[in-house]
Amino acid sequence: MKFGVIVFPGSNCDRDVAMVVQDILQQPTRMVWHEESDISDLDVVIIPGGFSYGDYLRCGAIARFSPALQATLQHAEQGKFVLGICNGFQVLTETGLLPGALMRNRDLHFVCDRVPLRVERNDLPWTQNYEQGQVITLPIAHGEGNYYADPATLEALERDRQVLFRYCTPSGETTAAGNPNGSLNNIAGICNQRGNVMGMMPHPERASDPMLGCTDGLHLFKGLLLANESRQLVHS
Amino acid sequence: MKSGQIQISEVAVAADLDAPFAAAEIAAEGLKPEEYDEIVRRLGRHPNRAELGMFGVMWSEHCCYKNSRPLLKQFPTTGDRILVGPGENAGVVDVGDGLRLAFKIESHNHPSAVEPFQGAATGVGGILRDIFTMGARPIAILNSLRFGNLEDARTRRLLGGVVAGISHYGNCVGVPTVGGEVYFDPAYSGNPLVNAMAMGLMETPEIVKSGAIGVGNPVLYVGSTTGRDGMGGASFASAELSDASMDDRPAVQVGDPFLEKSLIEACLEAFKTGAVVAAQDMGAAGITCSTSEMAAKGGVGIECDLDRIPVRETGMVPYEYLLSESQERMLFVAQKGREQELIDIFERWGLQAVVAGQVIAEPIVRILFQGKVAAEIPATALADNTPIYHHELLAEPPDYAQLAWRWSEAELPPATVTGIALSGKTQTWTEVLLTLLDVPSIASKRWVYRQYDHQVQNNTVMLPGGADAAIIRLRPQVVDSPVGDSVDSSKTSTNHTRGVAATVDCNARYVYLHPYEGAKAAVAEAARNLSCVGAEPLAVTDNLNFGSPEKPIGYWQLAEACRGLAEACRELSTPVTGGNVSLYNETLDSNGNPQAIYPTPVVGMVGLVNDLSKVCGQAWQQEGDRIYLLGQPLGTGSPQVTLGGSEYLATLHGTIAGMPPQVDFALEKAVQAVCRNGIAQGWIRSAHDCAEGGLAIALAESCISGNRGAAITLPFNSTDANLPQRWDTLLFGEGGGRIVVSVAPDQTPAWETYLQAELGTNWQSLGTVRSVGGSLQLLTADNLELINARMDEVCDRWDNAIERRMSMT
Repeated sequence: MKFGVIVFPGSNCDRDVAMVVQDILQQPTRMVWHEESDISDLDVVIIPGGFSYGDYLRCGAIARFSPALQATLQHAEQGKFVLGICNGFQVLTETGLLPGALMRNRDLHFVCDRVPLRVERNDLPWTQNYEQGQVITLPIAHGEGNYYADPATLEALERDRQVLFRYCTPSGETTAAGNPNGSLNNIAGICNQRGNVMGMMPHPERASDPMLGCTDGLHLFKGLLLANESRQLVHS
Repeated sequence: MKSGQIQISEVAVAADLDAPFAAAEIAAEGLKPEEYDEIVRRLGRHPNRAELGMFGVMWSEHCCYKNSRPLLKQFPTTGDRILVGPGENAGVVDVGDGLRLAFKIESHNHPSAVEPFQGAATGVGGILRDIFTMGARPIAILNSLRFGNLEDARTRRLLGGVVAGISHYGNCVGVPTVGGEVYFDPAYSGNPLVNAMAMGLMETPEIVKSGAIGVGNPVLYVGSTTGRDGMGGASFASAELSDASMDDRPAVQVGDPFLEKSLIEACLEAFKTGAVVAAQDMGAAGITCSTSEMAAKGGVGIECDLDRIPVRETGMVPYEYLLSESQERMLFVAQKGREQELIDIFERWGLQAVVAGQVIAEPIVRILFQGKVAAEIPATALADNTPIYHHELLAEPPDYAQLAWRWSEAELPPATVTGIALSGKTQTWTEVLLTLLDVPSIASKRWVYRQYDHQVQNNTVMLPGGADAAIIRLRPQVVDSPVGDSVDSSKTSTNHTRGVAATVDCNARYVYLHPYEGAKAAVAEAARNLSCVGAEPLAVTDNLNFGSPEKPIGYWQLAEACRGLAEACRELSTPVTGGNVSLYNETLDSNGNPQAIYPTPVVGMVGLVNDLSKVCGQAWQQEGDRIYLLGQPLGTGSPQVTLGGSEYLATLHGTIAGMPPQVDFALEKAVQAVCRNGIAQGWIRSAHDCAEGGLAIALAESCISGNRGAAITLPFNSTDANLPQRWDTLLFGEGGGRIVVSVAPDQTPAWETYLQAELGTNWQSLGTVRSVGGSLQLLTADNLELINARMDEVCDRWDNAIERRMSMT
């Protein structure tokens, strides 16, 4: 399964993701410079964390116009996988591949921590290696991770079961106490209706290396590989 | 008024009556009248305005160490692992396996006092440039921060701004901020300290040096544009702060971390071409400093044409170009004929890159502007052969110190098993413990480090708050772009089992009370913190934050602290590879009286972790594990273990006095070696050093981190008429090179045999780790309760001390 990691000048988790898919999972991987427009060789596009073009205007607001993102739109249209992590999630909402927006955190501070998440469904490639309702721990590191969508969009997201991860307490309650940034409905990660595009604020790549003590995130990437082996295709 | 003598003016040249500058103009550049005379002597003429400005910044303490250089000479600077010592942008040590680590610490105190957000942010930017200028990719940041009392609204604004600034810059450039220290003391009310340390892993085969080489080679200006921001920051940093300092806000630079991120990538890519022969970042004193230092180090000259410098403002004059401290800029000397190759790399990253001049044979810095020579100065006059001030050391320690040393524990109210009477009310030792846990300098720094991305780069093995030192995996991050389809299995992360541990330390109260002993203690603590995670101490970078050296007490503190640092670094085999000197850290009160900060020689130390699977945190791991104290045994400590200079004495008794703990190097080295080996052998499951708050606080912190209580018995009876030390000294006394460790019960026979052989009587068995949520209990030998603290209460005090104060309005 061939992975591509998009590199904006301000990306800073690009190498971290590449390390996981290339070194730990031994998958063919290449870095995709933001000015590239031919990514037809890729099965999975990952938009990594960081600050794309500095994000002084609004996170991801400029990144959406890059040639690599335009190519990603077509890639997604073909039903191939797109994963946006942290800044990548922000970019995906800016491009319209995912609904909603990510606003400044509730308490206005950048938050770097390890937080519990509840897996909301496990019938998609992204989450098939988790149990339904399982509580996992992933690192977060963001200043703008407060998920917002208008009531109609939010209702549609919930109705179509597009929420994959929610912030929760260690025992799995999706309460305000378990919400680190003020996200509506404790939303931490969502997919598109078709299920091939996924965005999440937590960093699964930071919880994939046994030497760093936590591997809850590795199962997400392994889920994709499993989907590939069984030729699981995502069609609407 | 001056205790110093100027050494340079062999030929005194009286300032001409027709000198082109008024005395006030010379003073405005931070130059003394006799320094102006020396400039005239060296040039054989009066300088012009641009030249005067260049001398002003280059002869500031910040750039030329004119007050501290004779003292810095005594530091040990060489060793088996030292590849680059002082004098370059950063030190470099050999960490084995072909890996080389660059590291350095730097202060940004005065800018942070005036504009905390940008001051701290650009402090981070500056220290990162020192690292990647050498050809190293930055892999971690630490910082050492000091503020006034948190009950003060102004301090809260400063802390909030500084932390947000570090967070803004460090998070965006993608370098994890993995550790540090934060202290609060009224001594820093008007003059906070912001010291940032960075480490990087060399990515280029050759370490990139800063000496210009090759007459005729082009000089490239790369990075950002030049504007009027940060004018004369180096001079500003070398003067006392006053109410009028707020008007100096233009001297504070504004940082752009996104641009710096691109600059890191572009520079490393450029260095790998082999076309760059020398590089220097433009920090303090901008173009002036980089041209003159590169020329002086290379024994050549540099000609620089200001008309070619990319600008962000119009109408700038040479003075402004030369003194601008616009951020994210570098100067390269390139191989002739390979300029375009380099320019292409920078343009791909959206950065400026122009040929701005060339290396010339004549050893001068020649600045051209609009076709004319705007400045021409011998490079060594600016950067090398700079003034040195020798100050006279006080014959006797100053009165304040002598008075403090006369304090003794006998002056305290009696201490009983129950507690101590303070202001007519008996406080139990449990209450005292909770009070100390609530002191912001001791309490959890979670509010601070939660705002820093401490995990980016995927190498953070030990998270902040988890241990006495940070641990980072050493993993080259070279990714070929594009990678292609082939997978090289030798590159897997699991093959990289080496790590580096790092810490920054200084108990400035000790240094204030006794600069020599306090400085030794700072080095010993840094080495102990590294040993507590299982790392072998390698080398030091130091940040000397002091008051004015022109005052007898200020110079005495500086000289005595340097003597202590030098001795401790020799004793512990940790050479100094460079650092930073920040003097004149004083604020003028409204009556115009200078108030010096505590003398604060911050020690940044790096250590080697040979095997990342053999490291240790401070948290108890398992109920039933045995708890040991390594180092001075309880009750036999003095003068190594004492309440002198302790947090207990300051917080509970409002007294800053006494002789601070003294380091016994033989014991210190033995204890640290035992701790490292105990971790390597797999005996030790947790290790934590006894610092502020002594044994009781160290035990509480291991309880908090492990979420487990402890049952401790001190080896003294309540009825003992000849108790060797007071109960408060036993519980809260500091010093003694002590480490609290826990060991699994089935390992204790081998462990105790080892301890007996290596430490003789310098260890004790103290008790047992309790269950999750169990209390922290300390008993006398006859089973009377000294302390019994519930974990929820302990955690609440310690976790929320800073957060609670920050939410005050």
